[in-house]
Amino acid sequence: MADQSMNGSVLVVGGGISGMQAALDLADSGFFVYLVEKSGAIGGSMPQFNKVFPTNDCSMCIIAPKLVECGRHPNIRIMTLSTVQDVTGTAGNFTVRVIEHPRYVDMDKCIACGQCTSVCPKSVDDSFNSNIAKRKAIYIKYPQAVPLKYQIDPTSCLHLKNPTKCGACAEICPPGAIDFNDREREHIIQVGSVVMALGFQTFDPAKSKIWGYGVYPNVITSLQFERYLSPDGPTDGQLSRPSDKKPVKKVAFLQCIGSRDKNRCNNEYCSTVCCMYAIKEAMTIKESNPDLEVTIFYMDMRTPGKEFDRYLERAKNEYGVRFIRSRIHGVEPKGTKGDLRLHYISGQGQQVEEVVDLVVLSVGLETPESMVRLAERIGIHMTPDRFASISAFMPVHTSKKGVYTCGAFNGPRDIPQSVTGGSAAAASVSALLTSVRHTQTRSLLPPVEQDVGGEEPRIGVFVCHCGTNIAGVVDVEELAEYAATLPQVVHVARNLFTCAQDTQDRIVQEIRDKRLNRIVVAACTPRTHEPLFRKTLKSAGINEYLIEMANIRNQNSWVHNQEPEVATQKAKDLVRMAVVKVQTQVARKAIRLPIAPSVLIIGGGVAGMTAALNLAEQGFQVHLIEKTTQLGGNALHLFQTWNGEHVPRYISELKENVQQHPLIEVAYTSTVLSVDGHVGNFSSTIRTGSSRKRVINHGAVIITTGAKRYIPEEFEYGKIPKVVASIEFDKLHMHNETRVANGKSFVFIQCVGSRNEERPYCSKSCCTHSIQSAIKLKKEAPSRQIYILYREIRTYGQRERIYNQARELGIVFINYEMHGPPKVKKDGKGVLVEVWDHVLHRPLEIKADVVILAAATLASPDAMNLGNLFKIPLNSDGFFQEAHVKLRPVEFNVDGVFVAGLAHYPKPLEESISQALAAAAKAGRLLARKEISLEPNTALVDPVNCDGCALCIEVCPYQAITLVEYEDEEGTPLKTVNIDPVLCKGCGICQGTCPKRGVDVAGFTYAQLEAQIDAALEEEAPLEEQL
Amino acid sequence: MNTTPKIIAFCCNWCSYAAADLAGISRLQYPGSVRIIRVMCSGMVHPEMVLHALDKGAEGVMIIGCHLGECHYINGNEMALARAEVIADTLEDMGYESERFQITWVSSAEPERLAEAFRAFCGRLAILRGELADISDSQDSRF
Repeated sequence: MADQSMNGSVLVVGGGISGMQAALDLADSGFFVYLVEKSGAIGGSMPQFNKVFPTNDCSMCIIAPKLVECGRHPNIRIMTLSTVQDVTGTAGNFTVRVIEHPRYVDMDKCIACGQCTSVCPKSVDDSFNSNIAKRKAIYIKYPQAVPLKYQIDPTSCLHLKNPTKCGACAEICPPGAIDFNDREREHIIQVGSVVMALGFQTFDPAKSKIWGYGVYPNVITSLQFERYLSPDGPTDGQLSRPSDKKPVKKVAFLQCIGSRDKNRCNNEYCSTVCCMYAIKEAMTIKESNPDLEVTIFYMDMRTPGKEFDRYLERAKNEYGVRFIRSRIHGVEPKGTKGDLRLHYISGQGQQVEEVVDLVVLSVGLETPESMVRLAERIGIHMTPDRFASISAFMPVHTSKKGVYTCGAFNGPRDIPQSVTGGSAAAASVSALLTSVRHTQTRSLLPPVEQDVGGEEPRIGVFVCHCGTNIAGVVDVEELAEYAATLPQVVHVARNLFTCAQDTQDRIVQEIRDKRLNRIVVAACTPRTHEPLFRKTLKSAGINEYLIEMANIRNQNSWVHNQEPEVATQKAKDLVRMAVVKVQTQVARKAIRLPIAPSVLIIGGGVAGMTAALNLAEQGFQVHLIEKTTQLGGNALHLFQTWNGEHVPRYISELKENVQQHPLIEVAYTSTVLSVDGHVGNFSSTIRTGSSRKRVINHGAVIITTGAKRYIPEEFEYGKIPKVVASIEFDKLHMHNETRVANGKSFVFIQCVGSRNEERPYCSKSCCTHSIQSAIKLKKEAPSRQIYILYREIRTYGQRERIYNQARELGIVFINYEMHGPPKVKKDGKGVLVEVWDHVLHRPLEIKADVVILAAATLASPDAMNLGNLFKIPLNSDGFFQEAHVKLRPVEFNVDGVFVAGLAHYPKPLEESISQALAAAAKAGRLLARKEISLEPNTALVDPVNCDGCALCIEVCPYQAITLVEYEDEEGTPLKTVNIDPVLCKGCGICQGTCPKRGVDVAGFTYAQLEAQIDAALEEEAPLEEQL
Repeated sequence: MNTTPKIIAFCCNWCSYAAADLAGISRLQYPGSVRIIRVMCSGMVHPEMVLHALDKGAEGVMIIGCHLGECHYINGNEMALARAEVIADTLEDMGYESERFQITWVSSAEPERLAEAFRAFCGRLAILRGELADISDSQDSRF
């Protein structure tokens, strides 16, 4: 029943990855989204990056499909060049005033041909390229921009400044899209909720003279370095010294520029991402120039995330990147040739001078002033570090009800956390607005699909120039001429960017005009772009599977860019191979199934309870199963969050809310025995405490099985009673037990069981935990001597404040990494800890009353079994491995299964909660659809060829094939196999096994692959002979 | 008449085809004789397909899948490996040098490894053609 006082539309402010994710999740969950972006195109910072850590995936390639998905979603309205002026009203019903600034280009007319740019006489610094290149006054933000529409920068356009001048773009523009009379417009929008994904800017190092940025040309920022490394950047990925264009031989990265620095910039916090991106940039440059010397000067290497420490080790050991723990306070010129001199203090305490070619400043993240002001106007509180003030328990809720926040605006964070935050915000909005779901959305019914099955193939070939990416190497004219000679090809067209929005419209038109019934797109890779073209086919009224892509960019023009003739020849082969394959492509229908509108959540810790409560608030039935006799999980041992919020009070409230919610059913002492079914329709058998079995049907499952703690084997733990683990110490501390009450000296030892050979990962929360305990001890009795023996202090983000506070209180931090681990032995009534003092350069003996070990977090031993049941992978540390580290952080490649909390990786409470909400968003998005379409890429049996030999049954990894015995009309017993289209994943192992060609995977049939082989090997006749 | 030697490389959608895409993004260069055919899994490639390609004039055939233990379909690449042994035996019987077929593993994040595999395979075929001297077994006085 729709609630009259609520509005089913949502405003998302900020078109970066976090805002895009929130928008997509919301739009798919039944809400209409206004996505407001202040620049001319969505995408945020990701399109500027070359690669992303720790996978070194190409950033543009992973974000591009999401850009298009946002661009064409019927329930997302992108408003570019727009800023939010104010938000009034209350949760469920806000009125938003948006100012849309003039683009001076009519978006409906612009075909993004780029002729305007080529005639524009005015060049200015290109901020997208971090000012290392120029752009024109009329420009697109970047080549893959969504929307792909040009814009005029009014501050540099000659005509807009003086109407008697220039106007060249208006003269040349073929569709007459230039509109110099465009004016600012005001939009009043009614929405039920607001998501703030305001993003960040990088620190401007020109603010301080000491790094020489803006003075010495060979001092650049990390973002400029990204643009140099980017293959689509202004230097085509080639790095040379800015001053003299000579090759670079020696690079120094300086960390913490504009971070962890109260004096020079008031950015006290750690920017969280710079250590990792510096390693990534160092690795990338070493890959292409192995002889180049790269040094990273750092304070602490903060690599606490999943697979981050391994990445760091690879950089050190495999790539030979040099790491020096020293903060550099100045860059000076050396000579007049552009070299730069650095001074640092070595590990041995000596002053060292080093001369380098190029200095890269690893600049930190900060909230832009305009965004701080917007937050003030809307009325949301900010932290002293100028990020949104949020509770660790409600990590996407602002101080204003109905207004949520995500991304780096919540504190500096990396892409997966921003994506998680975007989904988490969507989950929170969905819970708030569930009564008005589907009230503002529209479903665009695709045109009725024509049946082209009986028709002779009429193939259209679209050759993409990809700017110059393809056309700069392959002779695209020759290729297009050649394609036109291939059998059944009736139409060939060339496009600057075949993936651009306007080209999609043209393809649709040509399919209709030329009655095309098969399409070949010769462009980039089907892995990223086929979904886009499939939607285009759909909107043209032909079956979406009647397409084949010829990969003439990634697998041709880019890998043979020194051999244009070879590339042109190969492009012809690839197009020919695609044409023969598409000839026998047949229409396929997605398999549609109803969804069981309930969720199984495994594990009743904070992550499980959070997800359960959110989904119940969204109106879905939840089955929460817990292995023990009580809810709460590992958080039952925690006292406070990093910012001092009381955990036990929160847990008891959460438990009560979960237990009292009518849609949540909690089963204690229960585990999953077996799982059947698939996304939308799982059926899991549960064993409950009384050994009773019961079957639960559910559409989705969230795994929140947590982790366990490491029981130390080192440092005399268990032998000396005064050596305790952190969690035990918290309890002693709370009860002021005699060891604590009478203690005068306390030693904390970090990384116990973490970051070693057996477990080469960081447990992420221990540094913060120990520092908090230390501060409490010190505040209780300032005379107490407190030591923290650490390898790296990883108080990332705004946690840096408590590290600073600890040092100001006189807590002593001693680094032990370089000189081996400390030694602990019994000494009378106390404990003697021996450690090397890195300041005094001699061994130090500390008499301790209590030694506290920061013990590692280990993967749950149950993970392996669950992984097998749901067919989802674990990483080498035993934590669940998500589908994509960056963009699908809570999903798996198995649909309908999600993960959150410690089961994914050690993390602090607010990150678990954020992930739990994100997992709930994904499950909710699935269940809100009520019906699911499965990709019909499954194996099909050829009843003529199959003789039921059953070889395929044995090899099928999904048990999707069963033997069928039947009788023909004459009563002869016959055998064949049946393939369950829902269980089948389309791997084709059956096809590779079948001796009779009795089974084929749709889209990859034996005949199609064979035709491709033949086409590849066929020698193309010279063009003249064919004509 | 087939004049230019060509190599058919079956690449699985999840690892090696992705690595091939990444090789492009990284602008790695490899011989222009390679023709990649996308398959969903290395376990999808039927042994007869390898023979068919050689019969039709391919100079060599590669099957490239995910690393063992990392198959997107649990164990498809292990199936492919088991068949590869059969393929190698059959090739000899049919009169093809065993060097004309190779199965190898590349993760989606290893474009350099893929490019190197292509280069090495093409190098071996060049030796077969007699265009390159085989130095792998010869004594090199420098070492």
